[in-house]
Amino acid sequence: MDTIISNLGLLINAALIATPPLLFAALGSCFSERCGVVNIGIEGMMTIGAVTGAITALTTGNGLLAFLCGGLAGALFGLIHAIVCVSLHADQTIAGTAINFIGPGIAVFLCRILYNSSDTPAIDSSAKLPKIFNGIFETGSFGSNVLNVYSMAYLVFVVAWVCWFVFYKTKFGAHLRACGEHPEACESLGIDVYKVRYICVILSGFLAGLGGAFVTLATVSQFRPTVIVGQGFIAIAAVIFGKFSPEGALKGCLIFGVCNGIKALVGQGNYVSPNIISMIPYVVTIIALIAFVGRANAPAANGKPYIKSR
Amino acid sequence: MNKKTSILHSNFLYTVIAIIIGFLIGAIFLVIAGVSPMEAYAKIIDSVISKPKNIMTTLAYASPVMLTGLSVAFSFRTGVFNIGAEGQFVVGTLAATIVGIFVDVPAIIHIPLCIIAAAAAGAFWSLVCGVMKVKRGIHEVLSFIMFNWIAYYLSNYMVNTTFLKREGGGEATKDLLESARIESGDFNYAIVIAVILAVITWIVIEKTTLGYKLKAVGFNKFSAEYAGIDSGKSILTALAISGALAGIGGAVQVMGMGGRLAQFASQEGYGFEGITVALIGSSNPLGVIFAGIFYGAMKYGGTKLTMVHAPSEIINIIMGCVVIFIAIAHVFKALFLSIGKKKEA
Amino acid sequence: MEKMSHMDPNTVVVEMKEIVKRFGNFTANDHINLKVHKGEVHAILGENGAGKSTLMNVLYGLYKPTEGTIAINGKVTDIHSPKHAIELGIGMVHQHFMLIQPFTVTENIILGVEPRKGIVVDKKLARKKVLEISEKYGMAVDPDAKIEDISVGMQQRVEILKVLYRGADTLILDEPTASLTPQEIDELMEIIRNLTADGKSIILITHKLKEIKACADNCTIIRLGKYIDTVKVGEVTENDLAAMMVGRNVNFKVEKKEQEPGKVALSVKNLKAKDYRGVDILKGLSLDVHEGEIVGLAGVDGNGQTELVEILTGLKKAESGDITINEVDIFNKTPKDTFNAGVSSIPADRQKHGLVLDFSVADNLILQHFNEAPYSKKGFLDKKAIADNAEELIEKFDIRPPHCENRPAKTLSGGNQQKVIIAREVKNDKQLLIAVNPTRGLDVGAIEFVHKYIVEQRNKGRAVLLVSFELDEIMSLSDRIEVIFDGQITGSVSGKDANEKELGFLMAGGKNHE
Repeated sequence: MDTIISNLGLLINAALIATPPLLFAALGSCFSERCGVVNIGIEGMMTIGAVTGAITALTTGNGLLAFLCGGLAGALFGLIHAIVCVSLHADQTIAGTAINFIGPGIAVFLCRILYNSSDTPAIDSSAKLPKIFNGIFETGSFGSNVLNVYSMAYLVFVVAWVCWFVFYKTKFGAHLRACGEHPEACESLGIDVYKVRYICVILSGFLAGLGGAFVTLATVSQFRPTVIVGQGFIAIAAVIFGKFSPEGALKGCLIFGVCNGIKALVGQGNYVSPNIISMIPYVVTIIALIAFVGRANAPAANGKPYIKSR
Repeated sequence: MNKKTSILHSNFLYTVIAIIIGFLIGAIFLVIAGVSPMEAYAKIIDSVISKPKNIMTTLAYASPVMLTGLSVAFSFRTGVFNIGAEGQFVVGTLAATIVGIFVDVPAIIHIPLCIIAAAAAGAFWSLVCGVMKVKRGIHEVLSFIMFNWIAYYLSNYMVNTTFLKREGGGEATKDLLESARIESGDFNYAIVIAVILAVITWIVIEKTTLGYKLKAVGFNKFSAEYAGIDSGKSILTALAISGALAGIGGAVQVMGMGGRLAQFASQEGYGFEGITVALIGSSNPLGVIFAGIFYGAMKYGGTKLTMVHAPSEIINIIMGCVVIFIAIAHVFKALFLSIGKKKEA
Repeated sequence: MEKMSHMDPNTVVVEMKEIVKRFGNFTANDHINLKVHKGEVHAILGENGAGKSTLMNVLYGLYKPTEGTIAINGKVTDIHSPKHAIELGIGMVHQHFMLIQPFTVTENIILGVEPRKGIVVDKKLARKKVLEISEKYGMAVDPDAKIEDISVGMQQRVEILKVLYRGADTLILDEPTASLTPQEIDELMEIIRNLTADGKSIILITHKLKEIKACADNCTIIRLGKYIDTVKVGEVTENDLAAMMVGRNVNFKVEKKEQEPGKVALSVKNLKAKDYRGVDILKGLSLDVHEGEIVGLAGVDGNGQTELVEILTGLKKAESGDITINEVDIFNKTPKDTFNAGVSSIPADRQKHGLVLDFSVADNLILQHFNEAPYSKKGFLDKKAIADNAEELIEKFDIRPPHCENRPAKTLSGGNQQKVIIAREVKNDKQLLIAVNPTRGLDVGAIEFVHKYIVEQRNKGRAVLLVSFELDEIMSLSDRIEVIFDGQITGSVSGKDANEKELGFLMAGGKNHE
């Protein structure tokens, strides 16, 4: 019995470490895709958020400030993506590809000129994100595994709920969904399509940046060129999996998170190759897609530059 | 006047402009890093062209990205987005490695055999995603991303099996047999294979009925179906060809420079570099030849930048900026055309 | 006439003076004047491309006029955005509906002006207000239905409600009857009367003379971007209006020689099918088309026409039934097989189904034959044969601009794009030609052209199935008219005896007894 509980604790713990970065980024991706701008630059935005978070933490020692700065750095790249895609009508896939080169490029570049290495030094635990229940539970106990995690791991679920609320309950949410379906109709009703898309794309960068910062400020404690690799794309996959909705993206990210937990559990023994175990999240996603989800129709105007008349 | 306008209309001009702007932005970053841009760029050029051997190395760097670039370009032209070239490249490497180690036949048979195995593996990897798209409507971008990772872990798993793992430590496979290698002395035949395939791809796209069919489906699936073309089959054909090209990219990498397959620390990025190469080459197979060489030169030259104390990541920044400015080439075009018009008036 | 004017001749609500709008070198509006009074229905008449829509986009703040002034309620105003136009009491119902498909009726109506409770959209209040307005003007809608699930007629009512919800006093209706049944058109006329009675003004953009005669007070005619005249509708005839619109006398009758139909070419028996949502849409439809005969399929959009055509061309699978062409079975065969068996078609959406817009005109002209001789030799394209074929067809069918074989099809005008398709299908010269809304969006000249070739195919002894939402087109071309309602043929009338009233009755589900 005890082992079951402790294993469960371990699983939840691993899920709570793996899910937040993906979910932050996936929620960002929802905003962008639903307003009609394809953003495959999420990966680059996460990387820039990760490095900015790490550098800020190392220089100021303030984990929360570092987290915020990671988001702002991502937002800056969101702004670039918005200028290029919304105002200049560029092909959104191409622009996203470019950001995936520039983001990691600048990230490692900064490390090189600041630390003369491709990695940052390790971040002191006092400069990482706070753990609210630190010291209350015995290390390794169920309570510690489930509750003594970085506070942002819970915050992200609140953010997910807020995104859902914004999407379906507020005026802005209605406008952003409408812009992704029929921008001409929005314009004819006096909705400023460019403004809505700018806000959404910048927001997508901000959330992706937070996701990246979570990795360096909680999971890894350092920036290395490989800390993000691929997570941005997995976030996008989660969004497509979730049919471009925040609640769906949450499900997609949880599948990944829980599979990661299973990975941690199975990995304890040495029965199966870690490489095979690592495939679990991807294989499960594919199976879930084939079995349950099926066709995910992107918003009608997704990926199409909208050019104002006049 | 007509000649002048046609220059203003050509993609080539705007690609060159994008490259120049990319280097200018790179220069700003170099200045921030306290390195003279002139010195750094001179180093890149020098390290690429100073010796014939370096040119050969550049071409060896260029060949795999040229092939993944071809793969992506072919997919763009036929209306799908092969973001899975990365995974197809990896399974291609794996297939070529296995055939290269265990099949003991003369080079004249061995080399084509390895390439065919890699092409088949890449095509298969791509086709699985294609079938899911055509039969179940599953977004190919999603399945490609998943398959990139599955390929990555599959390769790392295989590398560590006793069956493939080299003796005496090191997380890599045994060496490929000499008969499967395409590097002899200083010459690496990868570039020959890549250029031949680029020309064949160009002919297929521009001159054949197969190309006509695949493009018709890519541009407008509905009209193609209306005209009696089986769009599902066409999409699968296009994806198989695209996957095969990426797979061959993996083969020439391991049969050329690599010589064996090592465990990956992270995704190698050949597939994503292929996207950039395809974009710089305007998705034209012949353009991809030059874009691939350019990329190879930057990649190889970049490795030498540390000698002048410049961060080699500057290459990624430059390439990213080049791509952004290619994406907004139409803005420059409109600008130039309006200036051209005013001058005439 | 039942017509009754609510116009107040002393109150001008909209006055556009000497409006000029240029796009580069092209002048879309060349000094146009328009004066609309309170309670007036003012028609704007012109061919496609005459500049009607441009003028209305100027009034609606979507385009900025190059020259000229606009006065609203007597005050000269620079309308800089649709939002501004809405604030000034101007509302626009676009020809192509501007509706968000996955949103509900209410969500669409309130989009941009959502009532709120705190930061949350107050859907309850919105729903109530929507119902109030719809009842006031007699426009029935289901406020909770999604747009993708409701009929075209209801979608149009949603568009009008959208405008009224914003408090519009002047409503611009752009080709409002394009896809409505005669009954729905009557309902729309009733709605227009209710609106004008309430003091609203209507600007009606149309090229249908009958509607102008039925409901408009005044009519402004535009031709090739130029202002022609403004006339009192009561003082002119339909022919006068037509002459002013086209600039010459037009003959609306299609010349067609008498001809006895031959043997059955297409035979459809007891065809059943479901639509994309899995709902029964064809419920045992039977239909014959003989050689040398044009059969017009009349009906309201959504009664199974689309599915029937898709099944006949092999794009869609049916549940059960028999389909033969010249006694060859083509039931649930592929598009290629049905084409080879003798079915060719002019699709409803020429850009989506008829052409590959990014291909050259020459490549589009061989779309079904690209892998056959002489265009294909051992898997390679013979560019010369392709170019020769294009040159011949471009000249024969007068596709403009001349020598356009290497231009991408997307650079051609709508009429010339349609000519490319007609040229291809007439050259294919199959046993059966299916033409779906073949003249939608074309100007008078192009319409005459299309009709001429359709009749020519019939005269050659080919079978023609004409599916059209334009009753006038059906009546003037068809030898026999079959009415489709709720997935079945509910009535059959000979082309000569057809009248609009009877067809309208049948299209709305009434039965005639033979």
